Amino acid sequence: MRANTWAGRNSVEVRDVPDPKILNSRDAILRITSTAICGSDLHLVDGYVPTMQDGDIMGHEFMGEVIEVGPGVDSGRLRVGDRVVVPFPIACGACAACANDLYSCCENSNPNAGIAEKMFGHPVAGIFGYSHLTGGFAGGQAQYARVPFADVGPLKIESDLTDEQVLFLSDILPTGYMGAEMCDIQPSDVVAVWGAGPVGQFAMDSARVLGAAKVIAIDKEPYRLQMAEQAGHTPVNFDEVDVRSRLLELTGGRGPDKCIDAVGMEATHGSAHISAYDRVKQAVRSETERPHALRQAILSCRSGGVVSVIGVYGGLMDKFPAGAWMNRSLTLRTGQCHVHRYMKPLLQRIERGEIDPTRIITHTLPLDEAPHGFDIFKNKQDNCEKVVLKP
Amino acid sequence: MELTATTTIRKPAPEVYAFWRRLENLPTFMAHLEEVRATGDRTSRWAARAPFGTDVAWDAEITDETPGEKIAWRSTGDADVPNAGTVFFVPAPDGVSTEVHVLLTYDIPGGAVGKAVAKYFGEEPHQQLDDDLRRLKQVLETGEVVRSDGAPWGKRARQEFPQRPAQPLSDAELAKGADA
Repeated sequence: MRANTWAGRNSVEVRDVPDPKILNSRDAILRITSTAICGSDLHLVDGYVPTMQDGDIMGHEFMGEVIEVGPGVDSGRLRVGDRVVVPFPIACGACAACANDLYSCCENSNPNAGIAEKMFGHPVAGIFGYSHLTGGFAGGQAQYARVPFADVGPLKIESDLTDEQVLFLSDILPTGYMGAEMCDIQPSDVVAVWGAGPVGQFAMDSARVLGAAKVIAIDKEPYRLQMAEQAGHTPVNFDEVDVRSRLLELTGGRGPDKCIDAVGMEATHGSAHISAYDRVKQAVRSETERPHALRQAILSCRSGGVVSVIGVYGGLMDKFPAGAWMNRSLTLRTGQCHVHRYMKPLLQRIERGEIDPTRIITHTLPLDEAPHGFDIFKNKQDNCEKVVLKP
Repeated sequence: MELTATTTIRKPAPEVYAFWRRLENLPTFMAHLEEVRATGDRTSRWAARAPFGTDVAWDAEITDETPGEKIAWRSTGDADVPNAGTVFFVPAPDGVSTEVHVLLTYDIPGGAVGKAVAKYFGEEPHQQLDDDLRRLKQVLETGEVVRSDGAPWGKRARQEFPQRPAQPLSDAELAKGADA
């Protein structure tokens, strides 16, 4: 089959690889109908997530048709012919983490738990196409994929919704939603979202659905801010204004009640010397993060507010504003999304028309053009917000 | 050499104990074991495989056990690598799970066998036992050892990085099987 693979830092390559096979009894094999490029794929390509290898199949947002199931798959839950969306964390459904709805912390799905444990203190779940640290699972930017614990994760789509309407249930819609949910939003809340990429856009939509009074979008790409504005959110361009001052203006001096970091480890900064400090430290690998967005979110949030982090971090950070966090009674909440929790309720919101996930799609390309898709997404060319690939 | 490791398994203690007490099950999650066969009520024959050392086999006996709580054993006769072990099964505070606490002791000899064993355990000997217990947890909670494209060989997948790329195995690789 054809598959988009990691080919060294800053390089992906579509290659011919063997077709997937059943390796565990609860596996299913999917024929992929739609897959997407995620912002976190860029962290892999940029080389900031360790343990990638030449030839690793990328991609953790995918859906398709079940063409084969292993002998252990519960036929009441999944059968050949089912049309399914696959959540990006692989979860066994049986361990204590899964029993507590903490699917991205599944204790059994990562065969390389030992490395994850060394990096993070305790292991994390396996993830499709997302380094060997999260298991060495082939990803979904391919014609076919193997899905472990297939009777736990995949969500059956039984209505006539299009792929584009449901594909993002695999990651970015639940991730954005969890970012807003962690904010415990009240009707009077002003919610500021750093990053108007795909996850940021869905965090904004979710904040509104959960009842926020005002949602603010912070980015520097005019087309991304425009997209947020068209969806009813208030844009702030950090290349043009001082973010903290603008946020104070927009909130009568209080600061946003809730702040969401949808940027993560590769933030850019309006202030050149601060940006340079982190870039140098990250380049020599003495710091793995460039955390401007998180620092700014913590400093901007009103006292007693919540800072919710859904942007991806991989390691260690310098200059964490612990003083602001502690002295102003801020709550910091975070997590890789526990996608399984949110798939069904969000599918219902899509069916009821409360959220339109298709609004962020700017490009649809054949799988063979994945390298071009990565290029325009990474470099923000051609107003690229979200690339859907068709195998 | 003494190794200790512990894990928590979301199954009641009698079930975890019963799985371990059926010693034939040990090779499903302990990487160095090829086969364990009961030879009597409390006696058994154990065989290890490369890279632990080829054709190493020994007899063992259970020296102490409390059903549902504890099993202790040791090698008997002239084992190449005299060894002993104790495992405790302790109900966890959640009322559902079992804490498994393992202590293994190896009396590592000189010569070729000793070298092979030392090489097997490498610089982080406890890692092997940690990984064994992770697989025990996988087997008891999910039914089998979890495999990925990068680590497709279950308990034979000892190397975590670098490993084979995260892409499906070819028919030839599948037919050839694990390296060692």
